[in-house]
Amino acid sequence: MSLYSLSKLIYSLNRDPVAKAQFLSEPAKLADNFDLTAEERDAFVSHDVGKMYVLGVNGQILMHMAALCGIEWSDYLQRMRDGVKTHGPVREGIYAMTTGTDEKVAGA
Amino acid sequence: MSLVFTGVCSHAPGITGREERAPKDQRDALYGAYAEMRDALHAARPDAVIIIAAEHFANFFMNNMPAYAVGMAQSYQGPIEDPEWLRIPARTQPGNAELSKRLIAEMLQTVDVAYCEEWQFDHGIMVPLHFLDPESKLTVIPANINCQGPPLTPLHRAWAFGEAIRRAADSVPERIALVATGGISHWPATPDSGRINEEWDRTFLDKWLANDRDGMMDYTDADTYAEAGQGGFEIRTFIAAAAAAGGPGKLRFYAPIPIYAVGCTVAEMEIA
Repeated sequence: MSLYSLSKLIYSLNRDPVAKAQFLSEPAKLADNFDLTAEERDAFVSHDVGKMYVLGVNGQILMHMAALCGIEWSDYLQRMRDGVKTHGPVREGIYAMTTGTDEKVAGA
Repeated sequence: MSLVFTGVCSHAPGITGREERAPKDQRDALYGAYAEMRDALHAARPDAVIIIAAEHFANFFMNNMPAYAVGMAQSYQGPIEDPEWLRIPARTQPGNAELSKRLIAEMLQTVDVAYCEEWQFDHGIMVPLHFLDPESKLTVIPANINCQGPPLTPLHRAWAFGEAIRRAADSVPERIALVATGGISHWPATPDSGRINEEWDRTFLDKWLANDRDGMMDYTDADTYAEAGQGGFEIRTFIAAAAAAGGPGKLRFYAPIPIYAVGCTVAEMEIA
């Protein structure tokens, strides 16, 4: 249920201008509206894309959030690779990694 | 009046957002194919365009996930993503709530579609519109097939959805065009982004171009996931288009373009 809450938070953030504004000024307060574990909350508040990827957040909503955070494409991909290097394989969901952490399929 | 046009195309955000990072000849050929499709679409003089997308949690989420949804609003806004990231400025696209209502009522005879009086477009619809309707002139009716959050609708139901769209289009006096947008094999929004199974794509496209219903039904989600990635689930949009059009297809463009994260595809299908 908790991954669902984190995912819903990011879904809400991506589509709601009010949430976007709050995310930039008070991300922790925005996170307080959702039932998250400490690990999830920390990852969200600190824009830790790699950790959220490993926690199983769907890549599509994570990609949109990364764009909102101004994270450039190659950097976004690298943060996910680094997340897997640091925290291990993706724990849930259908966006698991199938390539190696040193592989850059698109050269990016 | 009837269905007057059917086409399919890719919608990957990299096609616009990372435009210059692909080999220039491939980028130019892809952009040229979109331009040809745009001309063909406009030449069909549609009163409205139904766009079957496989959206990415812009409107629909696991709290209440419809297998099939159709827009019923007077207008739609997008993109939901940062416009600078997608490189598509925010825009409002005209809809037609009354026409949507008539089309949906007919679709419901055979498929339980959800209707939506609100809908924000994400790259799944914005990228095709950017090429096919750069001035936001066309009346658009968005449709969605859940290809993101399993359990997913079976392929034979995607076919039935396409048949329902065809029947609905044929039941109204307006000229209706159909554009379906999805990827074939791809692993989008992951570190695998850029992985493309060209052989799998070409096999699927051969079946699609021949409008081989049985061939297109012959995939399980487990096999698709293993061989074509989670993005491969979006073949549902192609299947619905094939069911709606009924004729053989004509491929304008296919090439795996890793930095765009998908085998980029532009094709049309005869109405039979």
